[in-house]
Amino acid sequence: MEALIAIVIGTLTACGVYLSLRGRTFPVVLGLTLLSYAVNLFLFVMGRLTIGQPPIIRDGASYADPLPQALVLTAIVISFGMTAFVVILSLRARAEMGNDHVDGKESE
Amino acid sequence: MMSHLVIMPLLLPLLTGILLLLLRGSATELQRLINLAATLGLVAVALLLLIQTGEGQVEVYRLGNWSAPFGIVLAADRLAAVMVLVTGLLATGVLLHGRRVGSYFHVLFQMQLFGLNGAFLTGDLFNLFVFFEVLLIASYGLLLLGGGRNRTRAGLHYVVLNLVGSTLFLFAVGSLYGVLGTLNMADMAVRLAELPESDLGVVRTAGLLLFAVFALKAALAPLHLWLPGAYGYTSAPVAAMFAIMTKVGAYSILRVYSLLFGPDSGPAAGLLDPWLIPLALLTVAAGTLGMLACRRLSQQAAYLVVVSAGTLLTAFGLGGIDAVAAGIYYLAHTTFAAAALFLLADVISRARGEHADRLVTGPDLPRGQLLAGVFLLIAIAVSGLPPLSGFIGKWLILQSSIGNPWMPWVLAVLLITSLLGVMGLARSGSQLFFDTDGWAEAGPATRLSDLAAPLVLVLLGIVLVVYAGPLYEFSRAAATQLMQPSAYVEAVLQTAEAGRIR
Repeated sequence: MEALIAIVIGTLTACGVYLSLRGRTFPVVLGLTLLSYAVNLFLFVMGRLTIGQPPIIRDGASYADPLPQALVLTAIVISFGMTAFVVILSLRARAEMGNDHVDGKESE
Repeated sequence: MMSHLVIMPLLLPLLTGILLLLLRGSATELQRLINLAATLGLVAVALLLLIQTGEGQVEVYRLGNWSAPFGIVLAADRLAAVMVLVTGLLATGVLLHGRRVGSYFHVLFQMQLFGLNGAFLTGDLFNLFVFFEVLLIASYGLLLLGGGRNRTRAGLHYVVLNLVGSTLFLFAVGSLYGVLGTLNMADMAVRLAELPESDLGVVRTAGLLLFAVFALKAALAPLHLWLPGAYGYTSAPVAAMFAIMTKVGAYSILRVYSLLFGPDSGPAAGLLDPWLIPLALLTVAAGTLGMLACRRLSQQAAYLVVVSAGTLLTAFGLGGIDAVAAGIYYLAHTTFAAAALFLLADVISRARGEHADRLVTGPDLPRGQLLAGVFLLIAIAVSGLPPLSGFIGKWLILQSSIGNPWMPWVLAVLLITSLLGVMGLARSGSQLFFDTDGWAEAGPATRLSDLAAPLVLVLLGIVLVVYAGPLYEFSRAAATQLMQPSAYVEAVLQTAEAGRIR
């Protein structure tokens, strides 16, 4: 289970890094989105993977760590808002610069 | 009894921002007055906070009265109070600059203050991330106000880089939580001290990741390249307000690393020692070279912000009470001086008509002597010549480097770049005010009220000189407090005990 999650996070991060280094805004936005997915999963896993545990403390029994869930919720909301913003900004950059290259000029 | 003063620097801008949002559509002048009144209120609150923390106690505020390692705390010590005060004073100066930027300017301005104050006061690492995002999203809006090709392009770079930075921040926070099981910075410091050897690698990796994030915010080389574009192309009041933004990165480095990776914090101590000074000196050198190559005054001011960030982090990197105290003094000076230069560049740009602030042969300026005089004052302050505050700040930093193994490098780089800085500013000044062509058409004559904002900021610098003794003593006290994190930790966790009993 741990290995699977680790591979998923690693793949998402690698794809995210690759795409965010591209020259056009659309892949960059996709890359940022993948990076935020990766980091959300990462945060979630930081409370350790447990199955069948109660989410709150019950007399003496072990329980799943609730804090990463709160953290990941905050992170999702923030990254969602930021993604929306960067999409709008890319559209505006496309309108103002006449193309969708991040530097505003077509590469030769 | 918990003092509610600590949360006031957050509540005041937040509520004012919401109020201003409701007032959108009514007269901008009214919005400006409300904004100014709230900012002056913030200065008053910051002064009270400074008095309350001046004796050396750490004021802790438990949000929702949840006890410390479980709930979120705000903590104000001397340094945090100083930062809030500097922010408030800077914001007041910037608001005096009466240029209309855009309809949401005042709302975003207050939200920016909310994020800044939150970042200075929070005692929780994840909360620091959230406040970073608050101040960043406000800064994205502010940066892009007005639009234009160059501004949008610089804004796009700024936003994308900072989004990547936020992702790295979350990775670092996640790893630290996974190992330490807490995000309260005081509690983290306690757990770090008794960290088993096997977890050390993860903590060091996370610590360096955090450093990369803060370095991006502080514009430390090689992560400084976004700054000249972003600051150089945005509107003047926004660029002036952003003078404090690089200091947020520097503050976070100082706070997190004195608390978590300071000299007596157990196995992970001294994490940044091999990195901070060389990178800071590289930043100073790179910023100076960039400044010499500039074609526009506002871009030159942006490169000077890079130089000041490097100088500041050199001071913080030297470590020890003297150097950090010098850094805190320099921080206040450089924030005001850089903001004054941005605002003056805007005034000059308007007076030069269509030549704007490009460093080319331009028109004879109406009231040129007055403008040149103010430029001279600000240039003296920025480049660190006596008798203004830049000189004292740099002098203190150089003096504190004596005895440090890095001393020859620090002295050589800071002194040579200071000379180059003087030359760069002198060249710009003579280009703007002496290399004139009688036929070129000047813009409208500068009104005296246009110069109010830069002059107020210069005046703050002069106050820094006149009261240099007591202010330096205070920054020494703040640095001493910072170097003994046990008191901070105790204050945060002891209120936890009290809360539990209740």
